[in-house]
Amino acid sequence: MLRFTKDHEWVRLDGRIATVGITDHAQTALGDVVFVDLPEPGREVAEAEACAVVESVKAASDVYAPLAGRITEHNPALAEAPALVNSDPAGAGWFFRMELADPAAFEALMQEPEYLALVESL
Amino acid sequence: MADSNDDLLQTPLDALHRSLGARMVPFAGYAMPVQYPTGIMAEHQATRTGATLFDVSHMGQAMLAGPGAAAALERATPADIQGLKPGRQRYLLLTTDDGGVLDDAMAATLAPDRLFLVLNASRKHLDLPRIAGFLPPDVVLTPRPDRALLAFQGPAAAGLLAPHAPALAALTFMGIAETTLFGQAIIASRSGYTGEDGYEISVAADEAEDFARALLALPGVLPAGLGARDSLRLEAGLCLYGQDLDETISAVEAGLVWTIGKRRRTDWDFPGAARVRDELAHGAPRRRVGIAIDGRQPARAGTPIHLPDGSEGGRQVGLITSGGFGPTVNRPIAMGYVPPGLGVDGTALHLMVRGKPVPATVAPLPFHPHRYLR
Repeated sequence: MLRFTKDHEWVRLDGRIATVGITDHAQTALGDVVFVDLPEPGREVAEAEACAVVESVKAASDVYAPLAGRITEHNPALAEAPALVNSDPAGAGWFFRMELADPAAFEALMQEPEYLALVESL
Repeated sequence: MADSNDDLLQTPLDALHRSLGARMVPFAGYAMPVQYPTGIMAEHQATRTGATLFDVSHMGQAMLAGPGAAAALERATPADIQGLKPGRQRYLLLTTDDGGVLDDAMAATLAPDRLFLVLNASRKHLDLPRIAGFLPPDVVLTPRPDRALLAFQGPAAAGLLAPHAPALAALTFMGIAETTLFGQAIIASRSGYTGEDGYEISVAADEAEDFARALLALPGVLPAGLGARDSLRLEAGLCLYGQDLDETISAVEAGLVWTIGKRRRTDWDFPGAARVRDELAHGAPRRRVGIAIDGRQPARAGTPIHLPDGSEGGRQVGLITSGGFGPTVNRPIAMGYVPPGLGVDGTALHLMVRGKPVPATVAPLPFHPHRYLR
């Protein structure tokens, strides 16, 4: 199950565990990613709380928790290879996983057609 | 996003940028390309290894002509302009009466009593009246918004142009010539702001797109945007006005005393000379330094510089004024201002990035060696 946020993040749900990354549109807009600052496992985050930072050559941008929950792990590969965010944003370039406080809230996030329409409107 | 650019000025190459797929951003009141689809990293590397074309038409161009033009310009700058020979260009500071930096700029002597000026886009509206205020009646300052300015940069640039314009191949770093390229009358200097060999070329605005397309058609040439221009100049240790220079910073603090002419330091007859003279004699309260950052986390402009935790409670001692990732040096780099005692290469510092200390050390500038044709 895949959902999207207005902040150009994708969220994939597996049981109570959500995997979060940024969309292809987001990585294109950011340009070459050189560093990703990721949340530590165990951290409790609120919905829309800034919990990661993605740094391109030019600028730093916040990444938000799509829903409330607790961080369970982050992507160790990004420390050595932050460019995975550009080359495979929906796969190997994932940012973090979190256990959702309310898995049902996932259903309220955008489905792909709605997200693509949002991107189209920009 | 495109709609937010409505109030912005356009350079003569605006349509070309859009046709090349550039991402346009506001900069100094202009819609400017920050990058093309190849991306900042590739544009940066292409400038270090091949040749790239930058549109810098937002910068102010002006002619200063009349008997005693050089002496008149010296009233606005500590640079030696009267000693600038025909065919030569010089980097200079325009200074305030208090000894701060009004702008950093280029001046070239095209012929005796005929100077060509290039000013920052964000400051030209202040520079031009400032200079005009110093001029005798028979010296005339003429802004040239009818001209575009292109930077053609990289180790391959000279070889690509030599067959088309032999006069360009004959120039050495900071040489300037009025010549012809691709059928257009140009003013070309062997200079740039990337740390690489290359040219800055002034051409009539209404011919600029055809001219730029001819440059882009040369083998291997890529268009490059403001993003790469910023990472290139930072690796080269070059100042960006509004970040590393402003009206509160002196030439001494900025490490730009070399732009002050020897004669000017005898006569002390430039705006703000008293402050510069005092700081040269007694030291300045801060100085610009290069800062190499441990790890991969960039520290951007505005990041506080602290002493390391164990030292004086880790108190704040300065600010980063330019910072980012250096694609060629492959690490985060920055410039900032610290007290002179901390300006020694190798001094350990902490940069406070989003509240977390990032270890860094004072490093020699430039981060990447200049490769000008001397």
